[in-house]
Amino acid sequence: MRYWLDIGMTTEKPLTRNIRPGGPPCNLQEYEKSGGYLGLRKALAGHHQDVVDMVVNANLLGRGGAGFPAGKKWSVVPMGASAPRPKYVVCNFDEMEPGSFKDRFLAEGDPHQLIEGMIIAGYAIEAQIGYIFIRKDYLKAERILRDAINEAYSKKYLGQDILGSGFNFELHLHGSAGRYICGESSALLNALEGGRAIPRSRPPHMSSVGLWGKPTVVNNVETICNVPHIAANGPEWFKGLSYTDEGGTKIYGASGRVRTLGAWELPMGTPLREILEDHAGGMQEGYEFRGVMPGGASSEFITTEHLDARMDFASMRTVDSHLGTGTLIVLDDRNCPIGMVLSLQRYFSRESCGWCTPCREGLPWIVQMLEALEEGRGTMEDIEILKSHTRLLETGNTFCTLAPAAMFSLESALRHFSEDFEEHVKKGRCPYKS
Amino acid sequence: MATIYIENKPYEAREGRNLLEACLDLGFNIPYFCWHPAIGSVGACRQCAVKHFRDEHDTKGRIVMSCMTQVKDGMRISVDDPEVLEFRKSVIEWLMLNHPHDCPVCDEGGECHLQDMTVMTGHVYRRTRFRKRTYNNQYLGPLVNHEMNRCIQCYRCVRFYKDYAGGRDLNVFSAHDHVYFGRYEDGTLESEFSGNLIEICPTGVFTDKTLKHHYTRKWDLQSAPSVCVHCSLGCNTMPGERYGYLRRVLNRFNFNVNGYFLCDRGRFGYLFVNSPDRVKVPLLKNKAAEPAKATPGDIGDFFSRSFHFGMRAIGIGSPRASLESNFALRTLVGPESFYLGMSAVDYRLVSLITDIMKQMPAAIASLEDIRNCDAVFVLGEDITNTAPLADLAVRCASRQGPLKKLDAEGIARWNDLALGYIAQGELGPVFIATPARTKLDDIAAGSFRGAPQDLAAFGFAVAHALDAESQQAGAFSEAELDLISNIADALRKAERPLVICGTGCKSEAVITAAADIIETLNAGGGSAMLSCIVPECNSLGLILIGGGSMEDVLSAAGGHIDTAVILEQDLYSLAERSSVDSFFSKVENVIVFDYLPSESTSRADLLLPAATFAESSGTLVNNEARAQRFYSAFPPTEGVRDSWRWIADMLQAAGNTEAASWNTIDDITESLAVALPAFQGVTGIAPPAGFRISGMMVPRQHHRHSGRTAMHADISIREPEVYNDAASALAFSMEGYENIPPPSLIARYWSSGWNSVQALSKFQSEIGAHLRGGDPGVRLITQRDYLIFALREKTARRTGHKSGEWTVVPLYHIFGSEKMSMFSAPIAGLAPKPYLALNGEEIRHLKIAEGDMVVVTGKHTHLELPLTRNDSLPRGVAGLPYGLPGIYWFDFSAKYRIGRPGSAIS
Repeated sequence: MRYWLDIGMTTEKPLTRNIRPGGPPCNLQEYEKSGGYLGLRKALAGHHQDVVDMVVNANLLGRGGAGFPAGKKWSVVPMGASAPRPKYVVCNFDEMEPGSFKDRFLAEGDPHQLIEGMIIAGYAIEAQIGYIFIRKDYLKAERILRDAINEAYSKKYLGQDILGSGFNFELHLHGSAGRYICGESSALLNALEGGRAIPRSRPPHMSSVGLWGKPTVVNNVETICNVPHIAANGPEWFKGLSYTDEGGTKIYGASGRVRTLGAWELPMGTPLREILEDHAGGMQEGYEFRGVMPGGASSEFITTEHLDARMDFASMRTVDSHLGTGTLIVLDDRNCPIGMVLSLQRYFSRESCGWCTPCREGLPWIVQMLEALEEGRGTMEDIEILKSHTRLLETGNTFCTLAPAAMFSLESALRHFSEDFEEHVKKGRCPYKS
Repeated sequence: MATIYIENKPYEAREGRNLLEACLDLGFNIPYFCWHPAIGSVGACRQCAVKHFRDEHDTKGRIVMSCMTQVKDGMRISVDDPEVLEFRKSVIEWLMLNHPHDCPVCDEGGECHLQDMTVMTGHVYRRTRFRKRTYNNQYLGPLVNHEMNRCIQCYRCVRFYKDYAGGRDLNVFSAHDHVYFGRYEDGTLESEFSGNLIEICPTGVFTDKTLKHHYTRKWDLQSAPSVCVHCSLGCNTMPGERYGYLRRVLNRFNFNVNGYFLCDRGRFGYLFVNSPDRVKVPLLKNKAAEPAKATPGDIGDFFSRSFHFGMRAIGIGSPRASLESNFALRTLVGPESFYLGMSAVDYRLVSLITDIMKQMPAAIASLEDIRNCDAVFVLGEDITNTAPLADLAVRCASRQGPLKKLDAEGIARWNDLALGYIAQGELGPVFIATPARTKLDDIAAGSFRGAPQDLAAFGFAVAHALDAESQQAGAFSEAELDLISNIADALRKAERPLVICGTGCKSEAVITAAADIIETLNAGGGSAMLSCIVPECNSLGLILIGGGSMEDVLSAAGGHIDTAVILEQDLYSLAERSSVDSFFSKVENVIVFDYLPSESTSRADLLLPAATFAESSGTLVNNEARAQRFYSAFPPTEGVRDSWRWIADMLQAAGNTEAASWNTIDDITESLAVALPAFQGVTGIAPPAGFRISGMMVPRQHHRHSGRTAMHADISIREPEVYNDAASALAFSMEGYENIPPPSLIARYWSSGWNSVQALSKFQSEIGAHLRGGDPGVRLITQRDYLIFALREKTARRTGHKSGEWTVVPLYHIFGSEKMSMFSAPIAGLAPKPYLALNGEEIRHLKIAEGDMVVVTGKHTHLELPLTRNDSLPRGVAGLPYGLPGIYWFDFSAKYRIGRPGSAIS
């Protein structure tokens, strides 16, 4: 895939400033020259708590999709001499959300930004060990990160007594065996421990009983990449980057039949219409817009009526959708929405870990019904059963949020494209296929 | 206690329990799958959903899993909210999407938890029309059948097998809707507890292969409360019969003893009852011909010939016969002529154990006590093979440390997932000192290997290390001394330390050392416990009755003996062959009672068919002196009788008037309690034979029992009369009291809507805890009687290794080392062939290849055996499998030479 970076805008782009799309990654000298590892020096000069406070004040919300405040996550980790040791910082780089490629973009382009963020996060919670848990298929990112980690070790940014501060931090790169569920932070820990990638129940919370039973913080790549900039420039600067009160910039992306595919760093809260029309360049010739999933496969379709909504966590909730990973998947008028949902449900069904009944058994049934509809064998009862599943697979009914998130696309498709579903039954075939 | 509101009505519930337990305790039927009282909650199946409301104003509420939600005071829930009911029904619908619906041909049908839950949720109509997923099944050995298509992925099998029982060869594979529960490849399940999968599995994935051969529905099995006869722990069982054959054994819950589980020897050993070799008719040996079937007249004549005035008769009791049969025999021959059918060494060891128990009765651990101990030292006993449920209990004990971590996090102990995250595989201290590696070494924090004498010295050294005053014992290496101090440290720091020993090593010193550790630990008033494993199901009961030893029997044969009565025992397994031969040759009339043939039965002048545990009733005393009643599951075939009934006839023939009143077990236990006050407790262990509830007996048959009028129609179209069982309050009938009987009379678990073994919870005072009305069985040793232990020698010297000479130690096999279960074909098939085991280094030194024959020679011994390698054996110690056919008796106290067959052994 070709990455496209909009460099014409004047707003600040801290995350992508060093990234050369299609070019080599930013190396250590270049990174240092651009002000890299300054944030780390500043952080190490202060107290652990100062770093946590800064991230809390910056209102950095988790970029993995859930939007949980990163500072809040860090602030509940047991601290001080009596806290269990070692503590861990884990970077969730198991980017397998369909339609999302922002983490890969960041890590491949500017690996030291991620490494610096990990060290600062480690310092903030007094962790000794960090892991970057990387998606199985990200071989290029793996190579780039491995080289960058070695560079960082050779310059004493990692290891013992970092920059003479007395702080020790080891960073490991760990390859996933390849399951979407590993992106669920607690399943990720089980996978990292060598067990089956099954989510964990709470309590206990990972902040006190996490990886190998020790206090652990798990953050997404993009979240971690923001940390050096907050440490270097302060929370007020960070909040100023955003259009709303959710701090910072956001990497937005788009796929589907738009003119320009790509990822763009824009202020948090950029309106959906602006991303779609200005950055993605609107629909391709001959295609009409029908709907968009604003945050990858685990978000609800938004149709034209809400295109002016801002793309941040809170605003997306007000229009019954989710910001998720902020990467748009656009549906046009020549592709079948049922086919699209079927393709997504096949993915979720295959990626279910198999632990809880509703997800393990419910999703494959949904797939069977969608297949039947798409192939003209569907019934009106199928549509009713599909509708009931969007309710039955709600959060709380299942063990984790994989199945509830899988229902976002199905539920919104049934809501927005109900006539398409019915037409499939009435015509006994998919009307989009000739 | 907390008050919780269910449908706005207040109920009392214990704080800290989960809502599922609390609701089931209160009698609300909430469906569930992945939760099990013994293995806790994981929230996987989502079946036990309930509605939780924030407060009384919250009308919407939210669905929570009751198994994962802790009871809190003031909590408001609904168990029949419409949304909850719809969701639970949906869970069943999802599980049923791929279930094969093969109930009519499924072995689980009629006692299937999935069937019960399906009915309970009201899911009746199949809405899906798509193809079902299918799997390949695996061959898992001769005991457990595998049918993966029925699986509903509750994960209970692997959680029991791996996490609870420490098994390694059953796992969950693959993901999403293709998760697979099985082995990496086909093969016999390695765990000693694999049979529990049959009861743990909520449906028909894992079923009893021995039952499958002659399949019978649960409701057609006639069953009774029983006690396992295959080791000394006395696990409670429920054998089930159909058409005169025993068809299976199920676990019978006893909180203090086996809890929810049995070992595979206990579950599958029962087939000896159906053995075609069974002694079914009385046989009288004539001087000339082959033994012939004896008529009642012949038997009467033989009795009066054998017992008339002035004749000298001796009786040899049996540790696998009931107290009642042994006591009857003792009454017949008189206390001075009653001998205990135990080998000389077992007699000494069990006597020693009994003395120790009498000295410190409070410290004797039940299996439930073991499960709750937080530091364990196993001295000299391979409990995995001699007392398997003790192994399972120690595995529970090893989780006590991690459970304390859970307590520290404020998380309830039923949260099995949290336990996994917190424990991270870490286990509490378990130390093992045995001659060779045992399976339990897998979870040991430290192990020591040595000959029995070395183990004793090691044990005494631990006791020394516990006693700051005393001198450290010498003769141990630096590493061994470290281990000794680690063990002492762990035992001292523990709240409930435990030492397990037993007769397995055939060493008094080992047992004394174990007791010495407990005595030292408890010197200042500690809570340390001791568990002693004895050889057989009634070894301890027999010692408590008291009598002469096997040595006395053999020397008694020096004088004149007219009649010897041998009860359910093979003398050839108790003493050296030539001495037994000479004993038999000197006795005029040999009367043997047994159910299976042995060398001794072939020496009988009169062989009388005895009833097995399944066809008779009586009392057994387990290794912790717990007297427990077992009842016949079905009437014996004609000619076969309880041994004590045969003996009562002899008594009458001998003119004893007391025996004339022996009609029931109660009559004989009353005589027993009068004659031997130690047994006073026995009279109260079960309701008397005359016990009735609303005038009704407790039926052995299910109220759905079928075929009563048809099952004998091929013989006679007349329905046979119901066998009148005046001996107990249980009836061989489907008619009688249908509700929950007193705990010692529970013949099956069933409750309306609960057809599976999960119905057990309806019989418990609280889920997972005691049975309603208390757990059956009475401990016979509860008071300090006298002190003799303090006088014993409390040191042992380490053995020196002399080249060319070996100590032979018994190696135990769960399948093979117990005689009766070896008459069960699947178990015999899993038993090893006789072998001699040596350390690899010694094998190299001997220049004999593994697998080649070697000769073991000693004073009375010349055995030719294939050589196997066991590197865990110390130098100078050879291992011989215990109790295998052909080597029932072996003198483990002597020294032996080992060499090539034919070659001169210097």
